[in-house]
Amino acid sequence: MTQVKMTVNGKAASGDVEGRTLLAQFLRDSQGLTGTHVGCDTSQCGACVVHVDGKAVKACTMLALEADGAEVSTIEGQANADGSLNVIQQAFQDHHGLQCGFCTPGMVMSAAALLKDNPKPTETEVRDYLEGNICRCTGYHNIVKAILAASGQDVSAIAAE
Amino acid sequence: MYNFDFVKPATVDEAVKALADDEAQALGGGQTLIPTLKQRLASPSKLVSLTGIAEMKGVSKQGDAVVIGGGTTHRTVAEEAASAYPGLADLASRIGDPAVRNRGTIGGSLANNDPSACYPAAALGSGATIVTNSREIAADDYFQGMFTTALEEGEIITEVRFPIPQKSAYAKIAQPASRFPLVAVFVAQYGDGVRVAVTGASNNGVFRWSEAEAALSGNFAADALDGLTVASDDMIGDLHGTAAYRSHLVGVMAKRAVAAAS
Repeated sequence: MTQVKMTVNGKAASGDVEGRTLLAQFLRDSQGLTGTHVGCDTSQCGACVVHVDGKAVKACTMLALEADGAEVSTIEGQANADGSLNVIQQAFQDHHGLQCGFCTPGMVMSAAALLKDNPKPTETEVRDYLEGNICRCTGYHNIVKAILAASGQDVSAIAAE
Repeated sequence: MYNFDFVKPATVDEAVKALADDEAQALGGGQTLIPTLKQRLASPSKLVSLTGIAEMKGVSKQGDAVVIGGGTTHRTVAEEAASAYPGLADLASRIGDPAVRNRGTIGGSLANNDPSACYPAAALGSGATIVTNSREIAADDYFQGMFTTALEEGEIITEVRFPIPQKSAYAKIAQPASRFPLVAVFVAQYGDGVRVAVTGASNNGVFRWSEAEAALSGNFAADALDGLTVASDDMIGDLHGTAAYRSHLVGVMAKRAVAAAS
């Protein structure tokens, strides 16, 4: 076992891990941050997306030891300081951007990464960016709508389809 | 996944030493190797992460070439090679998905030489030079069949040098589940001729389509490829597409790449 240390949602986090321990396992099992979901465990579905040093990664396809010393952000760190939902989370609620909710943490983290780089994406850009996030309820239209709304764009003209 | 020791050296020399152990394995961004380990298709006793080696990261223009460190992520190539070599940057920007591009590296992709990977097409299609800790290897000598390269045990790709073409483009039909190319073609026009590299299609991995190169070197236009076909004998046939379908797609993708080249 090796000790790993990182910053998770602004707080110091450490634990003893094996070489093979995935970042997703460290977050969930060692840190109790179970909002990072493991859906496919093959890096295809994106439910485990977190940010490492500001960049979206799939936490099921990164070793915990690879994140040693890194700044990690998870869904648990996304709410505002007073506990209210942040702009993206609120938009998901307002526009019914979730059904069963399993993919939602990854969707919100991918959306946050997109809007950081591209504050006013087009609908096509949103859909392209979500290529690695799968919603098995197939609720994509409202997810895309929520992300466009979170970017401050008017979505009233977008049909429900 | 079987357990292993994990080390993260800070220099190429340290990494070479760490890889001298039996059953040690280099780890790039892990976007292929970690899934492989999960399936227990590999069981190294030690993983040597290359992501902490600063000298292996970055994109620079040196003379008439773009030089990319072996540990550079697809995202960085997409962003930083865009002005010098837009065809290469476009290819990098369409590998996998955004989260995969934030981790996966050019050196990892080329060392693995998946028969459906994108980067081998760019390296072979550009006549790139693969630079390792011990030597330089021409792309024409480097790719030696599916998952097989000229790399020796423990050899590390430190950088890749891409001669900048006059025009280039990459045309890809993505397999919708994996987002690997079902078939993709990279076309690059240089002063001394045109190179055409095909990935995703052949059981032997990436290859140059020499008949197309000859035709395009005389006339760089999509219709110069009219009537040219590749034999389907060595093409991959699986549930995603037959060998004949892939053979057909080679021609279609090559034409699209030529039409899109800029």
